[in-house]
Amino acid sequence: MKRYARELSVLGALVLILAVLAVAAPSFFQLDPLRSHFTREVPTLLVACGAALVIICRQIDISVGSQFGVCGVVTGLLAGAHVPLPLCALASIAAGAAMGAINGALVAGLRLPSIVVTLATMVIWREGLRLAQQGQFINLPADAVWFGLPLATGQTVELVAALGILAALTWASTRLTAGRYIYAVGSDAEAARLAGISPTRVTFGVFVLMGALAGLAALANAVQSPQVDPKSGTGLELKAIAAAVVGGVAVTGGRGRLWGVLCGLLLLVTINPALTYLHVAAYWEKAIQGAIILLAVVADGWRPRSA
Amino acid sequence: MTPLLRLRDITKSFGAVRALRGVSFELQPGEVHALLGENGAGKSTLIKVITGAHAPDGGTLEVGAETLSRLTPREAHRLGIACIYQQPALFPDLTVAENIALRLETPRATRLVHPRAQIEKAQQLLARIGADLAPEREVRSLSMPEQQLVEIACALGSGARIVIMDEPTASLTQKEQHLLFAVVRDLRAQGIGVIYISHRLEEIFALADRVTVLRDGESVGTNPIDDINESSLIAMMVGREVAQIYPPPESAPGEVALLLQNLGCAASGILDVSLEVRAGEIVGLAGLVGAGRTELARILFGLTPADTGEIRLAGEPVRITSPREAIAHGIAYVPEDRRRHGVILEMPIAQNMTMAVHSRVFPGGWLRSGTETALAKEYIASLGIKTAGPEAPGGSLSGGNQQKVSVARWLATRPRMLILDEPTQGVDVGAKSELHRIIRRLAADGLAVLMISSDLPEVLGMSDRIVVMRGGTIAATLPGGSEASTVMAAALGQRAA
Repeated sequence: MKRYARELSVLGALVLILAVLAVAAPSFFQLDPLRSHFTREVPTLLVACGAALVIICRQIDISVGSQFGVCGVVTGLLAGAHVPLPLCALASIAAGAAMGAINGALVAGLRLPSIVVTLATMVIWREGLRLAQQGQFINLPADAVWFGLPLATGQTVELVAALGILAALTWASTRLTAGRYIYAVGSDAEAARLAGISPTRVTFGVFVLMGALAGLAALANAVQSPQVDPKSGTGLELKAIAAAVVGGVAVTGGRGRLWGVLCGLLLLVTINPALTYLHVAAYWEKAIQGAIILLAVVADGWRPRSA
Repeated sequence: MTPLLRLRDITKSFGAVRALRGVSFELQPGEVHALLGENGAGKSTLIKVITGAHAPDGGTLEVGAETLSRLTPREAHRLGIACIYQQPALFPDLTVAENIALRLETPRATRLVHPRAQIEKAQQLLARIGADLAPEREVRSLSMPEQQLVEIACALGSGARIVIMDEPTASLTQKEQHLLFAVVRDLRAQGIGVIYISHRLEEIFALADRVTVLRDGESVGTNPIDDINESSLIAMMVGREVAQIYPPPESAPGEVALLLQNLGCAASGILDVSLEVRAGEIVGLAGLVGAGRTELARILFGLTPADTGEIRLAGEPVRITSPREAIAHGIAYVPEDRRRHGVILEMPIAQNMTMAVHSRVFPGGWLRSGTETALAKEYIASLGIKTAGPEAPGGSLSGGNQQKVSVARWLATRPRMLILDEPTQGVDVGAKSELHRIIRRLAADGLAVLMISSDLPEVLGMSDRIVVMRGGTIAATLPGGSEASTVMAAALGQRAA
């Protein structure tokens, strides 16, 4: 149990909020609004999984919001041209992976600091998109919205798919050698290198995976409405990193679990509707989220080294 | 004449390790006093006591007229003690004058900077040691000896009466050394006391007035340089050995497992190394710190690939350019400093052990924890690792047990050639002899072992053959059971006595 102390305490906080709501505002627990609310956070969950892996590898990627924006436009343009949705998905993932590969080549290949590299690519993709798209929304054909399914079914499909992907990534990060390598490189890149692991390849791979997940997330976001906003994804990187950190991913690398990221995200995104239902001014949302992030970092600082 | 510095019965322990066991030392004005001793004899600790970096557990320090039980770095500075390290600690992006000014001025954030005055002061100090350096130059652009000159200027400027030089010539060329020697003689002429640490006997004879030899944290003796010769110095450094039982060889060496011919690597300063290691043989690689032993190991493991010469494994010529290739060729390297590069402290020991063998233990890239745990349990039992279990994090183990985990990781690769770099450094006596038994057993099982060690009794006791390195090349190859003084003489570069 002690191993999962962080994840369990985050879940505990979530349960506490839900318990307060159950007593004070039972109307919170209605299927349709809840499903809608959580489906809106599916793209963030996918990006946060990628961000968590990047942080576990002791890197950071703040360009994911921009990657997400570019991939969303790619999806929109292709879907608008009546390209079948599975092909749109592949294109979006490929575009994300390609942008991730650029980050990866610069960080792993040239050994540049990831914060600066991804700051640069963040600005480049975002401004490039603004230049190309001039802020214009892209209309999606009706058969692409919610995969052409009724709203409730579409949302359920997306939620289930996202949880499936989370489960698969969790499994892969702990049960595949590639996942183990990410932890090893993030803990001690030199020790990993001496064990025959190539930190360069692992770091590159993590950035590519991050990009691919951003592409997938962009698709999951695009199908949620009849129009794609080229500005979507602005600030997404911060939300994703926050979810990872609250969920127990150590910013010093090498530690964290992907299912913990789900716990962290759930806690962060439950605050807003909770405030609404409890009739507290929604302005408090960001302040409370900030306090939670701070608490998480403080908890990391206090954690004994041997944990 | 009152000495500048007098240490009486200084003791200092780190945990169970007694680094200094009652050392007395004295420095006169206008004297170059050399300090000599094997790796780990206590030289660095003694220097750190003098500079205030370590507080001694017992004894007194007399600096000039003051008697103290300990110094802080600030007090040492005030009393005129300065230390010039092998790697100068200057700010590379600032100029010479700015560096000097930073050292001399009392740190106060609100002080105004006077660039003109800084440059004049720097010029004046550099002139005092006869250094021809423009104060406006950025330190980044200076060579190593030029940086040392800046350090010396700083020391003089702060009114240092006692200057400590810790292996100042280690990275200098012959010509640069002579420049430095001239400065040292100049300091002596100005009445400054110099404590000079070096492994190079010829330097000590060229520069020093007196020499003190440390061994196992004790002062063996202080002698005027004219009363002593190289052989007697070596005898003092080595001394008699502490009796310790080493496991005897169990079988005769077999085929040649590793053959190096004229191996060289300019980047790591290795030149023309030829040696062989046979299956079932333990070859001890002796030498002083900086002789190139770890660098040689890093070449064999593909970390800094060789650029000349040949590596043959079991007769086959191979090129090794990455650790991955080295592992594929059956080479295993248990690195020095296991805390940094051996065991990942937050990872469970089972995961630490399988780190180098993923493709073998987990075909298809799928980690089966059963297989992993079984492998870990096997090594925990066979190496006698004391742990709560395979899931315990590496950081929860003692030093000796961490080292066994590091060894297990490499045994799991089923190597033909095992390179051990300081395998028993920092482990307690019990774990040490256990590791010795393990190493001997591995050799008996047919592994070729190359053991780098700075622990002379260990090299003498464990090795079937001893290869001594000096200055990036092989200085001597000696049979097992050689005398300590023979090994030390070769490591110091003395002609066979």
